[in-house]
Amino acid sequence: MASILRIIAQRLALGLLTLFVVSIVIFTAVNLLPGDFAQAILGQGATPEAIEAIRNDLGLNDPPLTRYMQWLGGAIQGDLGNSFAQANFASFAGTDTGSGLASVASQVAPRFENTMFLAGVTAMIAVPIAVTLGVLAALYRNSIFDRAANVMTLSSISSPEFFMAYVLILFLAVLNPILPSLSNIYEGMDFSERLTKTLLPALTLTLVVTAHMMRMTRAAIINLLASPYIEMARLKGISPMRVIVKHALPNALAPIINVIALNLAYLITGVVVVEVVFVYPGIGQLFVDSVKIRDIPVVQACCLIFAAAYILLNLMADILSIISNPRLRHPK
Amino acid sequence: MSESELLLKVRDLQIEGRSDEIWNPIINGASFDLKKGEVMGLIGESGAGKSTMGLAAMGYTRDGCRISGGTVEFDGIDLVNAPAAVKRSLLGKRIAYVAQSAAASFNPAHRLIDQHTEAPVQHKVSSKSDSEADGIELYRKLRLPNPDEIGFRYPHQVSGGQLQRAMTAMAMACRPDLIIFDEPTTALDVTTQIEVLASIREIVEEFDTAAIYITHDLAVVAQMADKIKVMLKGDEVEEAETREMLSTPKEDYTKSLWAVRSFQRPQKPAVHTSATPVISVQNVTAAYGKVSVLHDVSFDLHEGRTVAVVGESGSGKSTTARCITGLLPPKQGHIEYDGEILPLDYRKRSKTQLRQAQMIYQMADTALNPRKTIGELIGRPVQFYMGLTGKQKRRRVDQLLEEIELEPDTYYSRLPSELSGGQKQRIGIARALAAEPKFIICDEVTSALDQLVAEGILKLLAKLQDELGLTYMFITHDLATVKSIADEVVVMKDGRVVEQGPKHDMFKPPHHAYTDLLLSSVPEMDPDWLTNLLNERGVDNIGDAAVGKM
Repeated sequence: MASILRIIAQRLALGLLTLFVVSIVIFTAVNLLPGDFAQAILGQGATPEAIEAIRNDLGLNDPPLTRYMQWLGGAIQGDLGNSFAQANFASFAGTDTGSGLASVASQVAPRFENTMFLAGVTAMIAVPIAVTLGVLAALYRNSIFDRAANVMTLSSISSPEFFMAYVLILFLAVLNPILPSLSNIYEGMDFSERLTKTLLPALTLTLVVTAHMMRMTRAAIINLLASPYIEMARLKGISPMRVIVKHALPNALAPIINVIALNLAYLITGVVVVEVVFVYPGIGQLFVDSVKIRDIPVVQACCLIFAAAYILLNLMADILSIISNPRLRHPK
Repeated sequence: MSESELLLKVRDLQIEGRSDEIWNPIINGASFDLKKGEVMGLIGESGAGKSTMGLAAMGYTRDGCRISGGTVEFDGIDLVNAPAAVKRSLLGKRIAYVAQSAAASFNPAHRLIDQHTEAPVQHKVSSKSDSEADGIELYRKLRLPNPDEIGFRYPHQVSGGQLQRAMTAMAMACRPDLIIFDEPTTALDVTTQIEVLASIREIVEEFDTAAIYITHDLAVVAQMADKIKVMLKGDEVEEAETREMLSTPKEDYTKSLWAVRSFQRPQKPAVHTSATPVISVQNVTAAYGKVSVLHDVSFDLHEGRTVAVVGESGSGKSTTARCITGLLPPKQGHIEYDGEILPLDYRKRSKTQLRQAQMIYQMADTALNPRKTIGELIGRPVQFYMGLTGKQKRRRVDQLLEEIELEPDTYYSRLPSELSGGQKQRIGIARALAAEPKFIICDEVTSALDQLVAEGILKLLAKLQDELGLTYMFITHDLATVKSIADEVVVMKDGRVVEQGPKHDMFKPPHHAYTDLLLSSVPEMDPDWLTNLLNERGVDNIGDAAVGKM
C-alpha cells in the first residue's frame, strides 16, 4: 500500500510540474495572438492616445515576465485576475472609482459548473453503454451484432458533431417533440428541468464519444482471449459470458480506463460546437467569445482549466490502472 | 475389459489446423481406450500433436483447429458432436485440465481459492464455503506450505512449483473422473519437479482418477503412467504397458527416443595448473539495483574446454554470463581475458574484446529478428566484426552455413519463420561463430528443444570445439546434458558457487549435499525410481523442503 501512495504522490508532483510548464506555454501563446484588447474594444476609429490609456490601465505595457509573474502569483492564490471585457473603463474618462471590476472567477465559475454538469450527464450515459457494448461485441465477436455495433458507433463518430446534433433535434425535438432543442439553462433552475434541457446535447456527445470507448473495451478483451488463463477458464466449463466478465475484463481494465479518461477530458474541453448548436452556456462558448474580443485573463483561465482537467483525469486514470493491477495492490 | 470400466474411447481421431486459409492435418487418426483410474502417458516431440490430442479428449479444440473425423466418447457421451452446453457441463466437473504453465494459467486478477471454488460453485457441485474448506484440505494433501493461508494469495505471490500443485488441487476440486496433465513439470527445476510428480501421483491414486499425462520426458512418463502411447508428427507410433515399452520398444522411432542419452564425449585430460585461462571470473559480486544476486563468484575457463554451470533457476547462472559479457557490470571483482583485465562495462570494451566473447541464447525464436533473412542475420556480425563486404562476406556466410550443416543455397535467403527450432538454434550458433570468437556462452541452448534435436546441437557444438578450439561456458539445469558434454562443472546455488571441479569427480560421491540433491533428483528411466526415492528420502524431505533444510 505504501508503494501505491508513493507512486500517487510522484504522479501528483509530476502533474503540478506539467501544469506549470503548460502555464508558460499558455501565457506565451496568448501573448503571440495578433491584435490586442484595447484595439478590439475601441474599434477602427480609436485614437492612439485612447488605446494607450487603456493599455496602461490594464497593465498591458508592462514587460511580459512581470505580467506572467503577476498572473502566476495570482493563479496560485486562486485569483485569476479581472476580466477586461467586464471592466468599467472609468479610468479612461479619468473617474476611476475602482468599482465595477468583474473577476475572471465569477465569469468562469458558473460556465464551468454547467460544463461539468453536461460532461457528467454524458458520462453517466456513455460510459455504461460503451463498456456494455464493448463486452457484448467481444462476446459475440464477428457476429452480426458485433458488426452492427461497430458500424453504428463508427459512423456516429465520423459525422460532424453539429450534424449529429441536428439529426437528433430533427427526430427528438421537431418530428417527435419529446425534448427541448434549446438548452438555455440558468442558475436556480430545478434539477429535473435542468436535466431535461441538458439531455439532447448529452445524447449528441454520447454518440461522439461511445465509439472510442466501446472499441477499446472490445479490443482489450479480445486481446486477452488467447491467454492461457482464459483457456483454463473455458476448460473449467465456465459460461462464455462469465469468462469475459470475470476472467478477461478485470485484466483489461487499464487500457479501458485510460480511454475513458481521455474521452471525459474531451467532454470538458472540446464541446464548443455542441454548446453553440444547443445554445448551452458552457465554458467552451465563453472561451471562444473571449478569444474573439482578446479578453486575455479569461482566455488564460480557460486554458489553464482545460489543461488541469486533462492532467487530473489522466492522473486519476493512472491511479485506477495501478489499483486494478493485483501485483501492485498485493506485493509479494 | 468390461464396457462399464471403460471411461474414454477415442477412435480414428483426426484433427486439422488452419494456416493461410488451408486446413492441414495435425492428427491423422489416433485411437486409444482409457479405463477408470488408469494413467496413460502421451509422449513425442513438440509438434507431434500431443497437446492437441489431450484437449480433443476433452472435446475441446483451440481456435483455428477442428476435429475433422473420428469419435471421442467419454462415459458413453459423444464429445465431438455434443452441443457446447453439454460439453461445458462436463468440463471442470468430470473432466479437468492441468496446464503446462500454472503461472500463466491462473488468472492474475483473482485469488487462488476463488479460482479453485469457481468450478464447483458454477457446476453446483458444492457451496462456496464447502469447496473452500475442501480446497484447503487438498492443499494440505499436496503438501503446500501454509495450506490454510496460501489459497488467499494471488498467483504472483506464489512460486511456480507451488502454483503447479495448486492447479492440480483445482483440477481435483469437483473430483473429476479424468484429468489431462499437459506437461505439468516441464517448466520446473528438477528438485521442484520431484515434489510435483510425487503429489500428482499420490492424489491421482487416492481418488482413483484416470489421467492422460502429456510430456516429452521419457523418464517422467515412466514414473507416472500405467501405459505409454508414442506420437510422431500426428501419427501413432506405438502403445504398450509402461514396463514393456521401456524394456522392449518395437518401433525404430521409439528405440531412437530411448537411445537419445547415449551421446557422451570423452573426458579431456586435466588442465595444466600454470596455463592462463581464456576467461577467468574473479570474486565477482553483482546486484540488480539493491537486490544482490551474485556473491564472490570465481571460476576459470581453459582453452578448448567446456565448463557447465548448473543450478536451479534464480541461482545466478545467467547473471554470471551477463557479468562476463559486460551487460551487467559487477559491483566487485573483475573478469580476465587471457590474463588481461576486461573493462567491466561492455560499452568500454574494444571491438576485439567484444568479439572474443559471444552468446547463444535459449530461445532461438526470439533471438533472431523475424524480418531478416538468414544471410542478413549471419552477414551482419561478419561485416561488423570482420569488416567483410560484398562477395567476401557472402563467401564467409556460406562457409559458416556449411559449418553448421545447413545447405547455403537453400537457406541463405530464408526467413527464421521458415526454419525448425533446431535449425534456428544452428543459425544462433553460426551468428556467434561469425565473430570468430575464442569463447562462447551457451545459455540453456538445448532446453527448448526436443531430445533428438538437442542431441544434434550438442554434437555440432562438440565438433566445432574440436575444429576451432573453442571454449564453452554451458549454462544448463539439465544434468544429462552436463554428463554428455562437460569437461568441468560449476554448481551454483543462491548466487554462490557451492562446488566446482572436473566432471568425473562431480558425478562421483562424495559431493556437496546440494549437488547430491540435484543429481539424485534427475528422473531415471526406471519406473520404480520415484517410488524408491520417496522411500529413501521420505515424502516430506524432497524438493524445496530438502533444499530449505540445507
